[in-house]
Amino acid sequence: MMSLYSPGETALHRLPAGTKLLGLVLAGTSLFFVADIVVLSGALILVCGAYLVANMTVKTLFAQLRPILWIVLILFVAQAFINGWQAGLVVVLRLMNLILLAALITLTTRVSEMTDTLEWAIQPLGWVGVDPRKISLVISMAIRFIPLISQITAEVREAQRARGIEKSIVALAIPVVIRTLKMADDIADAMEARGFDADPR
Amino acid sequence: MIELQDVTHRFGDLTVLKGVTLELSERRIGVIGSNGSGKSTFARLLNGLQIPTSGHVLVDGQNTRHQARAIRRKVGFVFQNPENQIVFPIVEEDLAFGMKNLKLDQSVISQRIDAVLERYDLTAFKQHPAHLLSGGQKQLLAISGVLVMDPKYIVFDEPTTLLDLRNKRRISQAIAELSQSVVMVTHDLDLLGDFDRVIVFHDGRVAADDVPRVAINRYKALLCP
Repeated sequence: MMSLYSPGETALHRLPAGTKLLGLVLAGTSLFFVADIVVLSGALILVCGAYLVANMTVKTLFAQLRPILWIVLILFVAQAFINGWQAGLVVVLRLMNLILLAALITLTTRVSEMTDTLEWAIQPLGWVGVDPRKISLVISMAIRFIPLISQITAEVREAQRARGIEKSIVALAIPVVIRTLKMADDIADAMEARGFDADPR
Repeated sequence: MIELQDVTHRFGDLTVLKGVTLELSERRIGVIGSNGSGKSTFARLLNGLQIPTSGHVLVDGQNTRHQARAIRRKVGFVFQNPENQIVFPIVEEDLAFGMKNLKLDQSVISQRIDAVLERYDLTAFKQHPAHLLSGGQKQLLAISGVLVMDPKYIVFDEPTTLLDLRNKRRISQAIAELSQSVVMVTHDLDLLGDFDRVIVFHDGRVAADDVPRVAINRYKALLCP
């Protein structure tokens, strides 16, 4: 089961979501202007230190890197072949810095704070017909329902194994999609019942 | 008071409710019936989630056909599966959802969240991911999400169906303690013992409408003639 936000009372948790997101944008942009291995390594040490400040364990830190390990490795090898190992290391360090920083923000910021900030930031798009409220709600709900859809998938897979179907994408996808659509209907009802107006007037 | 005036409801060619007229004024009303008897549709009509094909549903004189939005704020609805009514990832965020829709002040929102979490012994889970709660806790969260909106009536659609015995007791106790008027659709006849009134639906019509003992006996007779 995935869980994005890790509750806490540290300074990083208390920092406003807008400040953290702005920090990420600035740091992300700056990283692409730096090609010095020592500076990038120093930045990585600082980012790891920030995990400690946020009261995260080393295990949590490595958990953020695990999904991109292969990509990092492939990038390093490809860059090393084409531009030399130093260039490979620079790319890898940049990527690790960025991923760890972004993950740290996700770990220390509640989804509602993140979406409130996003809603505020994309307000100007209201002029071209974009509803910021709907966009932020969609993001929150996507995060909320990832674990639920993975649970549905696990249940369907189990039910099919019980009936002797080991691997069939079609047999898995159809019931999962049908259940997800039914769930979407129920959720829409529940949101309406809790006073959500899709088209407030 | 909630009134149904000659309500008929169809889904395509299927008529699920046939000319139902009722006045719901008691504090605890149970609704029972076999699968497909029309009881869930009946529940959904009460807060305007469904608008009747013909006839009228009035809540304190307001018609769901014209004032469904206003009525939904007055009539809370708790669904069978709490998974499908928890909208936000974190407990506190989800509780705030309905109140934000009502455009309440942040101070009121925070105060109501704290009060409801304390009421159901969920304070420790305020910052917890909602999907990691137990089944009973999820249903309590779903009820809390409705309670914080301070509705006058609450409709429950089979709130204990997916729960084990311990959680079933916990939820039924929580429902018993509510100060709001409650309409509860259920298959769980044990929950209805101390209700004021039980309505039995059969084939889209009201087959019995009486005190629990009498209505439940009539229901059993209908199932096993």
